[in-house]
Order: sequence, then structure tokens, then C-alpha cells
Amino acid sequence: MTTTADAKTDTPAAGPGRPAGASADLSVGLPSAMAGEWTKIRTLRSTMWCLALFAALSVAVALLTGFFMGPSLEGMDARERAKFDPLSTGLSGLRLGMLALVAFGVLTVSSEYTSGTIRSSLAAVPRRFVFYGAKLLTGTVTACAVSLVVVGVSFFATQLALGRPSSVGLTDEGVPRVLVCAMLYTTLLCVFAMGLASVLRSSALTLGILIPLFFMLSTILNNIPGVRKVAQFLPDAAGDVALYQEPPSGTVLSAWSGMTVLAAWALLAAAAGYAAVRRRDA
Amino acid sequence: MIEVQRLTKRYGSTLAVDDLSFRVEPGRVTGFLGPNGAGKTTTLRAMLGLDRPTSGRVLIEGRPYEEHPRPLAAVGALLDARLLHGGRTARGHLLGLARSNRIPDTRVGEVLETVGLASVARKRAGGLSLGMSQRVGIAAALLGDPRVLLFDEPINGLDPEGIVWFRELARRLAGEGRTVLVSSHLMSETAQTADHLVVIGQGRLLAESSVDDFVARNSRSYILIRTPEPDRLRAVLMSEGVRTDDGPDGALEVSGTTLETVGALAAENQVTVYEISPRTASLEEAFMRMTAGSVEFRANGDTAPMPEVAR
Repeated sequence: MTTTADAKTDTPAAGPGRPAGASADLSVGLPSAMAGEWTKIRTLRSTMWCLALFAALSVAVALLTGFFMGPSLEGMDARERAKFDPLSTGLSGLRLGMLALVAFGVLTVSSEYTSGTIRSSLAAVPRRFVFYGAKLLTGTVTACAVSLVVVGVSFFATQLALGRPSSVGLTDEGVPRVLVCAMLYTTLLCVFAMGLASVLRSSALTLGILIPLFFMLSTILNNIPGVRKVAQFLPDAAGDVALYQEPPSGTVLSAWSGMTVLAAWALLAAAAGYAAVRRRDA
Repeated sequence: MIEVQRLTKRYGSTLAVDDLSFRVEPGRVTGFLGPNGAGKTTTLRAMLGLDRPTSGRVLIEGRPYEEHPRPLAAVGALLDARLLHGGRTARGHLLGLARSNRIPDTRVGEVLETVGLASVARKRAGGLSLGMSQRVGIAAALLGDPRVLLFDEPINGLDPEGIVWFRELARRLAGEGRTVLVSSHLMSETAQTADHLVVIGQGRLLAESSVDDFVARNSRSYILIRTPEPDRLRAVLMSEGVRTDDGPDGALEVSGTTLETVGALAAENQVTVYEISPRTASLEEAFMRMTAGSVEFRANGDTAPMPEVAR
């Protein structure tokens, strides 16, 4: 897409009432499509509420956990104390809050289909690759930015509430890695949700699958010894491995291989979503 | 200019559009007519690339819609009044569309002003009436100052004032040299707005002509005769070379002759008549006859019968 080609089509076609200044490249590409997507997210109460809920739930639980765990640590013996992971404890709120972020991902996509706005959106950005790429990227960048803040605030909230002897600092061993992984964890789960929503198109159906999967099924299956061999590879379980200072026992995954498995799930869902968006009539 | 070239769209076993070709020229309002289910909406969706044609293609200003660098500046479309998210304001909806096409935010206020919705711009769309939603859709179509405008059943939900307003808007847009296509299933309404007509039925082209031609050709004038002796009168008229058709309730309909001739013939042959009156079939009747014909034609199974019609 060159500027000369655009100028050629824009200028003589300008005809009725077109304001001057068509010389600038005004063609629709990924940046403008993303600007549109961001506006769509911002102008919808439900998506903004999901982001707020994600932040509020995560930070509140992090704060509460730190607050109540601090005193109870006093009564523990040395062995129990050694098992205590102040970092993972601080991210427990994220495990609950991420459901709201998953809902954000689902609604960003499915609200277009349930309301019918998909048709005006695709009329505005008819190239499906640009449309889908812009939607997915905007959702991902938003999820990532919010996660960065939420993970950071959650961490400091917990450590502050835990108090000096038990808490960890930002520069302690393993801490930066866990915080980066935590941010990737919520972001990638959001990408997974957007991909799946693009295939299923329905908010109720997608959330009906994802909430039980992330909230219960994965936890239940990972507590059954035999099933755990397979269940540890489920998206949220695989990513969860990276949220501990020391990888939990009973999983073959390490922090980074767990993250890779989660990333693979997210990529698979995103690709399936694109296949659906490209092929199907809107 | 819109060029529909041998467009075919099949949904499963249903043939929605069947090898349809026509052109929509700029500078005039073209009415796109057909009964419900004729394939109008499918054709409009194919123009925007929302539906992938089974075969054939549509060119807008010489190229497929996707290849326009600024789609909303090429085509503005009103597809369905309810294409708004109930939780979003009219302004929010239009802002999202505008920014995706690098249209300045100020333009949103302008088009809302044009459609008379400036006062409810910040109201959530869930609380808008059908007519207001329809106006938001029209505002969205105008957003990019496009060269081609597609309106699918635009007067749905508009009050009489709104209908007159839309009619004037469509004519003004065409007067500015734009291509304007307005779909409808109401012939009489379309005849008041459009200069040119494209009529389809069962996904096929039935007629393409100017409104004046269509009216002249299809608004049939005839003479209605009610008589207790239809057979005798028919024979009398036949001997004079006047063809009769059967009308409603045993009446006769004749065309190609005058009232005086029919009256004189009846008197000469002493046929009792109760009524001899001139009649003009409405445009709506002409339209229905034309589209009903397409259904019969398909049901006879001359070519590729539609399963659901044949059954």
C-alpha cells in the first residue's frame, strides 16, 4: 500500500464535498483499526467494568491475604515456614481476578456478534486480517497494560501487608521472573479467551466454557493424581506453574515450559479465531 | 457506480441470489425492489464483503470493496437499524467507526446534526426508538462522506416526517453525484424516491428500468365489465378483435379498446351490462404480479427448482 496509489484513488474520487488535504495517507491499516477497537472498548461499560473488576478483585485479595498470612506465620514451625511462598501468596488474588479479565476478552469479541455491530465494524474495516489483528492486538495490549499495573500493585500490597521478616523485595531471587510470568499469565489467558470467543461468537457459550474450566475443572482435575499428568497441560494450570518462586512438586513443567504451553494454547485459539473470522459470513 | 457481476450466493441448499447482474449508476437514486426473501439484503451484504459470494463478484467504483484504502469514504451503508450495541451511545458507536477510518471526531457531531440526533447523542442506544436507531444507522452511512450509499429498508420505523426527510436526503445525495441504492419491498414508496429501479425475485433480476418506463409499462389500464352474460359478451368482443381477461367475481377485463366501443357493442348486441368502468392497476399490483410470476416460474421447475418452493 503505497502513498502514491492511495493519492491516486483518493483525489479524483474525492468528488462530492470531500475536504481538501487528501494528500496525507489516510488509508485504513492496523493503527487506525486499532484506534477504532480501543474506542469500542472504552465506550462500552461492560468491558470497562471487567477491567475494573479484575484490578479490584486481584488487589483486594492480595491485600487481604498478606494481612492475614503475616500474623499466622508467627505460629508456624520452621518447616512450614520454609514452604511458605510469599510471592505466590501475593498473586492469589490474580487467580480470582483473571476471571474478570477473561470476561473482558470474551466480551470484547462476542459483544460484536450478539449486538450485530460486527456488520458495521466489518463494513468499516473489510479486510478480515486487519480487523481481527486489530481487535486481538488491542485487547492484548489492554490486558497486558492493566495486568502490569495489577500485578505490580498486588505484589507490593501483599509484601507491605506481610511485613518485614516474611516479605520479599523486588530484587530478590526469582521475583522479577515470577512477576513477568504473572503478567504474561493473565494476558495470555485473555488472548485464549478472545480466540475462543471468535470461534464461538456467543458470550454465554464462551464464558460458560471458560469460567468452569479456569475456576473449577482445572483445579479439580489437577488434584486427581492420575489425571494430573494430562491436566497440568491445561492452559491455566500450565501457566500457574510459573507463579511460584519454586516450581510446585508433581508437575513436569517448569516456569518457562509452563509459560510456553500456555502461549501455545493462546496462539492456537487465536489462529482458530482467525480461521473462523476469515471464512464465515458476518 | 456499483457493478454486480453474475453474483450467486448459496446458503446450504438455499439459493439466495442466482446469477444476478446489474449496475447502479451515480447521480440518481436507484430503488432495489423485491418481496421479502428475494435476496436484496444478501446482495447488499455481498457488496460490502460481509457475505462471501458463492460465485461472481461486486465492484464498487471499479474494484472490490475490500480493496478500497478508506472503505467508509467509498461506501456508506445502512444495513439494519439494530446494529448498535445497547450499552453504547450513538456518539460512541460513531466514534469507533470514524477512528477506524481516520475520520476526524468532529465529523461525528456533524452527521448526528444532519440526522437530527444531536440531542440524544450521549444517550445509550438501548433507550433509542427504532426510528432513532435507523437515523443513527443513516448517520453512520454518511460518516465517511462516501461516493456510494446503500440503504437497506431505510424507512422502517421512520415516522411520516422521517420518511419525507429521508426521501429528500436520498435525492440530495444523488444530486451531488453519488450513487444511491435504496432497497424496499414497497413499490409505491420506492416510486416516490427513486429515479431508476432494479427489481429482483427469487434472487434473479426481473426488471431494470427507469421508474417512468416501469410505470408506463406496468401500470396497466383496462376496462372492467360486469355482466350476467359474460360468455355472450366475450364472443361479441372477440369477433371485433378485442381480447378479454377474467376479472374478479366473474367480471371481464378488456384492454386495447375504449369505453365507447365496449358500450356500443353491448347495446348493438343487446347484452345486459351492470357496469362498464375504466380502471388502472396500481404500481403495487403490477409489482406483485411481476414478482408472483417469478415464484410460479420457479415452481414449475423450468430451471433449477428451489426445493422449498417445489415442495
